[in-house]
Amino acid sequence: MQPAAEFVHWLFATGFLILGLCLLSEAIVGADVWNRRSWRAYLWPGTAFLMGIGMWPVMILFTNSTLHMVAHSAWAQVLMLAGGAELALVRGRLSSRYWHLTIALALVVSGTASLVHEQNPWYFSRSAFIHHAMGWLLITGALFPLARTFRPRSFVLSAGFAATFLVVSVLLYSHRDVADIFGHLSPAAGAPHR
Amino acid sequence: MVRAEPAVPLDQPRVRRLVRTRVVAAIGPVTVLAAVIWTIFQPYRLTLLHPRGQGFWWLAVEPPLLIVLVGLLFSAFVAPGLIEDLEDDR
Repeated sequence: MQPAAEFVHWLFATGFLILGLCLLSEAIVGADVWNRRSWRAYLWPGTAFLMGIGMWPVMILFTNSTLHMVAHSAWAQVLMLAGGAELALVRGRLSSRYWHLTIALALVVSGTASLVHEQNPWYFSRSAFIHHAMGWLLITGALFPLARTFRPRSFVLSAGFAATFLVVSVLLYSHRDVADIFGHLSPAAGAPHR
Repeated sequence: MVRAEPAVPLDQPRVRRLVRTRVVAAIGPVTVLAAVIWTIFQPYRLTLLHPRGQGFWWLAVEPPLLIVLVGLLFSAFVAPGLIEDLEDDR
């Protein structure tokens, strides 16, 4: 009954899609209008926190290697930290704007974990390509929340932050267990299926 | 003599608000449309179209359907209130 890795990737892709659409809407209408209804203000930090909780079963069930477990638990921790800090900021329990830097930290740690736990080169398989692409995307995407901490009203930075999540979502949706990438598939990866 | 100012002065904030309203209203439908286009190009990603012999996860987690669901939920629950608040923001 345990799902294959691709199903878990697709479910997390859906979480990232929700995050991306919420953040894109917030960038378009501005934080003042977005936060006018309290449930909306909690929506994306709450989703991030829940995704962090959802990473723990992934860490427990997918024990391919120690590296996978370390990477998944690191993601779980930084997602919960960033989601929790944003929830506390919305609630007013935290007030310093520097807590927004936890999002940048979460992206850097997640990106590094994605790169480190993928041992194969870019064109080994689609999965390897996606892990490399996602790793670098998350690390470079961390510049948006980093800069947004100091310029919170910048549309470009907010939209760039939202776009990072939307691209992560597309990458995760294109993940397959064993499939080629741009016509490349290492024979060591196994037989392609679906 | 040529008059430089328009007969009816342009209301820049109003135009900006209108554009924002339309973009927010379009997010949900565009998301659904993206899933439909994806399904047309890769129909095998929708196992509901060929359910015979498929396991639980293949039937429960179908990416194009998940995207349609997100688009519909956004259109039903997020966009209307957001548009209302945007129009009240005068």
